Amino acid sequence: MEMDMSLGCNSSGVPLLSCRNLRVSFGVTEALRGVDVDIYPGEVLAVMGPSGSGKSTLLHALAGVVKLDTGTVTYNGSDVTALSEAERSALRLSAFGFVFQFGQLLPDLSAVDNVSLPLLLAGIPRRRALQQAKSWLDRLGLAGFGDKLPGEMSGGQAQRVAIARALVNAPKILFADEPTGSLDSLAAENVMLTLTDLARATGTTVVIITHDPRTAAHADREIIVRDGLVTSGSVAFSQASDVPQ
Amino acid sequence: MYTLRVYALCIVAFMDNTQTLLGILGTGPSYGYDVKRSYDRYFGSKKPMAFGQVYATLARLLRDGLIAMLGEETGSGPDRKRYEITEVGRKRVSEWMFTPDVPEAQLQSNLFAKTVIALLLEDDAEGLLDIQRGEHMARLRELTSAKRGANVMEVLMCDHAMFHIEADLRWIDLTAARLTELRAQVTGA
Ligand SMILES: Nc1ncnc2c1ncn2[C@@H]1O[C@H](COP(=O)(O)OP(=O)(O)OP(=O)(O)O)[C@@H](O)[C@H]1O
Ligand SMILES: [Mg+2]
Repeated sequence: MEMDMSLGCNSSGVPLLSCRNLRVSFGVTEALRGVDVDIYPGEVLAVMGPSGSGKSTLLHALAGVVKLDTGTVTYNGSDVTALSEAERSALRLSAFGFVFQFGQLLPDLSAVDNVSLPLLLAGIPRRRALQQAKSWLDRLGLAGFGDKLPGEMSGGQAQRVAIARALVNAPKILFADEPTGSLDSLAAENVMLTLTDLARATGTTVVIITHDPRTAAHADREIIVRDGLVTSGSVAFSQASDVPQ
Repeated sequence: MYTLRVYALCIVAFMDNTQTLLGILGTGPSYGYDVKRSYDRYFGSKKPMAFGQVYATLARLLRDGLIAMLGEETGSGPDRKRYEITEVGRKRVSEWMFTPDVPEAQLQSNLFAKTVIALLLEDDAEGLLDIQRGEHMARLRELTSAKRGANVMEVLMCDHAMFHIEADLRWIDLTAARLTELRAQVTGA
């Protein structure tokens, strides 16, 4: 299945998550300077751009974990910025999953315990949580790794455990910040194939930050963050292609 | 640090010289000789453009209505004529700059020319690099999905193409990151 470049792809529907005029600053640093993004249900969106351009800040703003100067974030039609901190936190627990570059697994817990953690936090009985965690590890090609500690696994294996943990409570949106940043090409590709297969099978929307074009190429489309602003070649491209040559 | 000379050493063939000359004329009316000098300065440090090619190209541009002649000097000889870009010509340059090239090896030469011309014309050089990046990403996505379910041989062939596209993308990103520097050099020197 191929998706075209235009911003219009998937856009017949209503965005699942969108933001308007996002501004975030840290002291005098303006990390985001007025950003609009629409993310559609079920799409895999890559966020690219130079180091320090504001990618992680954008992800944090979308996920509601950073204070906005101005702007609105709308999830599923309702204004997230209007929620109380407790409500936002509940939304994060129930609807969002997170994967980071490294160091996110609890080092003293086995793989299966790490993965079952979100379920236990959500009040699911231990037996069932462990069962579900185990089946997610299987889906990520980690059958037999359940009892290993994070320190006993390779980077790629640990990343898969982290993805399993992020997906185990069926989030609507998975946010991933450089999830393959510490892996070699082949390991990164395998992680991305697994991630996108699972996301598409479950209809999970994915927002993934990456510097690596090959990783981004697994997404349906990409946006570029530069200097606190979002640019997308796609819009200009569809205009340019109207020009006869 | 890059200099235009070094760029030009790496980049000669595969440029669209016609559009490039037209773009140079976009900076203002010029004699044929001055057009050639500008071309050589930005793109021809390794292989200056022959006078014959310059005048043949200008004649073609004139015939196609992309440039016009500005009064004729008393003497004969092509170097006495002054040329000016037309509206149609300007439109053509803009189309050339903002229509992405097909991703393939050796792309940089034409993209480099577009970038320099955009800077000379104070047009959106960053935008055209974005457009090209989009084109490259689309091709990369195509190859990525072609790899699904392909056999190992096909996968390796796709990978070969993908690493070349990735190299282009790195060059595009680096050029975008150095636009300010390049602008200073192109417009200053
Ligand atoms: N907690 C913070 N306190 C102060 N400044 C911050 C903070 N977080 C980010 N910044 C600044 O905001 C800008 C954007 O940072 P951000 O982390 O979003 O960039 P990025 O695009 O994710 O970069 P990278 O690719 O290197 O991860 C940078 O200038 C950074 O220094
Ligand atoms: Mg970051």
